[in-house]
Amino acid sequence: MSGHSYQGKKNIPKITSDRLLVKGGRIVNDDQSFYADIYMEDGVIKQIGDNLIVPGGIKTIEANGKMVIPGGIDNHTHFQMPYRGTTTVDDFSQGTKAALAGGTTMIVDHVIPEPGSSLIEAFEQWRSWADEKTCCDYSLHVDITHWSDSVKQEVDTLLKEKGVNSFQVYMAYKDFYQMSNSELYEIFTFLGEMGGIVQVHAENGEIIAEEQARMLEMGITGPEGHVLSRPEELEAEAVFRAITIASQTNCPLYVTRVMSKSAADIISQARKKGNVVFGEPITASLGTDGTHYWSKNWAKAASFVTSPPLSPDPTTPDYLNTLLASGDLNVTGSAHCTFSVAQKAIGKDDFTQIPEGVNGVEERMSLIWEKAVTTGKMDENMFVAVTSTNAAKILNLYPRKGRIAVGSDADLVIWDSDAVRTITAKTHNSAAEYNVFEGMELRGAPSVVICQGKLVLEDGNLHATSGVGRFIPCTPFPDFAYKRVKARKQLAVLRAVPRGMYDGPVSEFSPMSRGGTPSASARTSPTKQPVRNLHHSGFSLAGKPAQRGELQLPFNLPIRFPIPGCHRKCQEPDTHTHTHTHTHTHTHTHTHTHTHTHTHTHTQQSAITFYNALHT
Amino acid sequence: MSGQGYQGKKNIPRITSDRLLIKGAIIVNDDQSFCADIYMEDGHIKQIGENLIVPGGVKTIDAHGRMLMPGGIDVHTRFQMPDRGMTSVDDFYQGTRAALAGGTTMIIDHVVPEPGVSLLSAFEQWREWADSKSCCDYSLHVDITEWHKGVQEEMEALVKDHGVNSFLVYLAYKGVFQLADSQVYEVFSVIRDLGAIAQVHAENGDIVAEEQRRILEQGITGPEGHVLSRPEEVEAEAVNRSVTVANQTNCPLYVTKVMSKSAADVIAQARKKGTVVYGEPITASLGTDGSHYWSKNWAKAAAFITSPPLSPDPTTPDYLSSLLSCGDLQVTGSAHCTFNTAQRAVGKDDFTLIPEGTNGTEERMSLIWDKCVVTGKMDENQFVAVTSTNAAKIFNLYPRKGRIAVGSDADLVLWDPDVTKIISAKSHNSNVEYNIFEGVEVRGAPLVVISQGKIVLEEGNLHTTEGCGRFVGRKPFSDYVYKRIKARSRLAELRGVPRGLYDGPVCEVSVTPKTMTPASSAKNSPAKQAVAGAQPVRNLHQSGFSLSGAQVDDNLPRRNTQRIVEPPGGRANITSLG
Repeated sequence: MSGHSYQGKKNIPKITSDRLLVKGGRIVNDDQSFYADIYMEDGVIKQIGDNLIVPGGIKTIEANGKMVIPGGIDNHTHFQMPYRGTTTVDDFSQGTKAALAGGTTMIVDHVIPEPGSSLIEAFEQWRSWADEKTCCDYSLHVDITHWSDSVKQEVDTLLKEKGVNSFQVYMAYKDFYQMSNSELYEIFTFLGEMGGIVQVHAENGEIIAEEQARMLEMGITGPEGHVLSRPEELEAEAVFRAITIASQTNCPLYVTRVMSKSAADIISQARKKGNVVFGEPITASLGTDGTHYWSKNWAKAASFVTSPPLSPDPTTPDYLNTLLASGDLNVTGSAHCTFSVAQKAIGKDDFTQIPEGVNGVEERMSLIWEKAVTTGKMDENMFVAVTSTNAAKILNLYPRKGRIAVGSDADLVIWDSDAVRTITAKTHNSAAEYNVFEGMELRGAPSVVICQGKLVLEDGNLHATSGVGRFIPCTPFPDFAYKRVKARKQLAVLRAVPRGMYDGPVSEFSPMSRGGTPSASARTSPTKQPVRNLHHSGFSLAGKPAQRGELQLPFNLPIRFPIPGCHRKCQEPDTHTHTHTHTHTHTHTHTHTHTHTHTHTHTQQSAITFYNALHT
Repeated sequence: MSGQGYQGKKNIPRITSDRLLIKGAIIVNDDQSFCADIYMEDGHIKQIGENLIVPGGVKTIDAHGRMLMPGGIDVHTRFQMPDRGMTSVDDFYQGTRAALAGGTTMIIDHVVPEPGVSLLSAFEQWREWADSKSCCDYSLHVDITEWHKGVQEEMEALVKDHGVNSFLVYLAYKGVFQLADSQVYEVFSVIRDLGAIAQVHAENGDIVAEEQRRILEQGITGPEGHVLSRPEEVEAEAVNRSVTVANQTNCPLYVTKVMSKSAADVIAQARKKGTVVYGEPITASLGTDGSHYWSKNWAKAAAFITSPPLSPDPTTPDYLSSLLSCGDLQVTGSAHCTFNTAQRAVGKDDFTLIPEGTNGTEERMSLIWDKCVVTGKMDENQFVAVTSTNAAKIFNLYPRKGRIAVGSDADLVLWDPDVTKIISAKSHNSNVEYNIFEGVEVRGAPLVVISQGKIVLEEGNLHTTEGCGRFVGRKPFSDYVYKRIKARSRLAELRGVPRGLYDGPVCEVSVTPKTMTPASSAKNSPAKQAVAGAQPVRNLHQSGFSLSGAQVDDNLPRRNTQRIVEPPGGRANITSLG
């Protein structure tokens, strides 16, 4: 450790960028903005305040009242991604340089194991690629491309020992990555138990396969076929399904690449119903649209190919920015995955063969500033939330990342809200020939970027060093998602109704299952756990024994019983039995009554969700 | 034919119930009500008006100003349904008797072919059962329980030669009836080409199977496990998915058994976005709720077992009847499928084995009257629409059924809005020991029921004739449904972008598709894909794209002058680019 006796005259240490003072900046966190100086040392913020006592001779940066924000976290990149024997043109070095140039100081890349291969091996492979080359800190998501007991074991190891807390599953790419509903259910169940975050690539792969075949049969082979075969309804459908399964299994859900208005709408509706779901629009969906698939320039059209595709509806970017500003969508990534024109040309005669992915890691911060902050949709605090803080919270890295505070990592950006630049492939830091934002003029850009306490961007010059980036392990059960999930788990215990044995006659029947009532199919893997979400805990209300016509029945058993786990006094509403029967008004009245009863016995939160469960 | 020369004095024919005059009724159709007399002969309505000239001596009923409405059409019954060697206790005789007693003069039953059995032979089997026993006119839906080339051919035959225009697919019953999404897509494409209606049993069978296992593992084996393993979200999810597939294939969709608020909401939203979709709540979901699954009386709890299950949310019936009243849901059935307690007890130790189905064909009309008309949610015209007319329109029976008009079938109900009765298994016409509406008091009931021009219910007495019910064939391309579908098909032609050949460098790749871009999978089933232009089968949502071929400003990153046209029924996903 340097800096012990830094006040000593003779002992002035080497002046490295390890010690840095930012003076006169306005610190912007997701909750507030305030003027203060920041002193950092060894990559960590040591002091924040006015008139700091700092070692002499350290490098000082004058912020001149500009905003100092936590460095961006790009929660979705595909650097150096292998594709059929080739690799995306931006490797971890090139990619993280582009990230830093845009004000992003941490990236989270996706590990994509070949179906059938080991998740851990793939993870180690990505680690070695990244450790060797990244210029900024990074973490890894691992994609689950196949599912079996051994995969489950590996997921367990990755969660517990390897610092991975988020796993992506695919609902598209039929016969390849695509998971069936039952597999999704098992994965969600397992991750919900282990404290992981399920990420989902949401598109209905079954229907896409049908539509692709239809397009090709109709002779549509160009990039427009890509978007025609993947209409946004299929994205919205899959989002809806993923939310249903997540809700059933009480597992937090993260939807990667929200590309369309309809998909975003489903997410915001689900959030209103109380689902723990996060949506990630990407730079491309926030900044451009799918009209370019009809470009007569094949190479240009192909450069926009990504899945889910950009929506041809030109009002999409504006809409998604609005939802991002309102908090219905929470996190932004770039899904940066760049291929050269020659690589894209693999699919020149068949759009289904075009490698998928767009650029965006460098443009992300400026683009959101331009689209959301300069337009007045969000303030700079919300900007910090959606570009950095929320991602850190979901990854369970907060407040080490995503916040300017004493003890946090010294990943900072001095933001120049007046800088204007025009995006073009000529000047960008990616190796790709095309930039999907070509020609866009963006207001707002980083003027200084500090990563791990070192200056990496200053005066327009990038001083990034390959290989200095560290792997940041993520731990399970991030509070941001799991506090609620845990509370719901406690509430959601199911109990059977205690009944005497049925001892009446039983019909003869053929054992084979048919005609309406199949027996449960065999399990392929053993997940068992009590994971109900709150919506279902509402069932105990239904134990409400105001039974119609109970008195007329020969078996007039006492049906009023206390349901364990239902904190309501089930015995009390004796008088309800008759009034409840006939009029709706009464039914309503009772419901409200019980809801309020809950308010007293549960926390406010759960009572509200109960209410929602009943009234949505 | 009787009735020639009936004015002749000496030739007074035998006075049969083939000729009937109803005087002084308020005739209620779905569009209006008016006072008139009505004369029918040979099972048809011959005259409507005042001071009709009718043969002497015809049987005359004085309506005393009561409402006369088209007989109900129960669009969903499962009489005499086989299940694992057992048969539901109401056969076509008992079932149609119950229907008539409740004011329903036509039923549409579901043919459920066992997987592996030919659709046509199952259809003929059902025809035989129904022809010999049915007391009122009937028609048949056919359920698609598996999918391969032969099934498609049989569907064509059923539509062209056998008067079937609706097919049901199952998204539930994993490993038995359930079809995969891609199969559903193909079935819907075939159905659209045939001009039929796609019906769907909407529940996510994969999740249900997982939940069933979990619930059983927790030691929950009673009927409450049924509803716990089939939460309403799973129903809503499947409705949403089938709406998506229907939109993609431009196929009209009909959701059977809408049981929950969330499923109904999905349908209502889809209709607002322009999807051609119809929702069918059933007597049970309109009249009771799923709290009874927790009854300590096993037999009673089991009597409520049906899928999707009744919602435990007690506000559901009220909500569904509101949506029915406002037109977001359109049709009502009963899904009448009754098993007695001994049959239910097959699942006494495992709720997944309990045979499914509830009663409701007899109670349907009175229950809707009580829940919707008495409460002021709908008027009597809307009542006729949801109990009869809409069904006739959707399934292409209109105006033969579902309307009181000259030339229509003489299936009529004289309705008494003031009578009240208490539903009970003791007095109902079904064979089942339990009635899920036991003890419910309903206001409104049929006073006289006329089926095929004959009085079958009068003064509380049923006079039904076993086997007199006719099979009513239905033609495809029902106007009510297909006018919009056809318009959308015409609009939705796709074209590729004319481009020069790409002649730049192409990266070498390994032969097998690896990461990110799989080749489209081989098709394993028979739906014929439309050839370009020949069968334009796109939905309207995609139609705008061809306008974008003109790329005058291709060098610019964004076009500034975009005209956005919202297509009718369009989600805003594709717009015309000017």
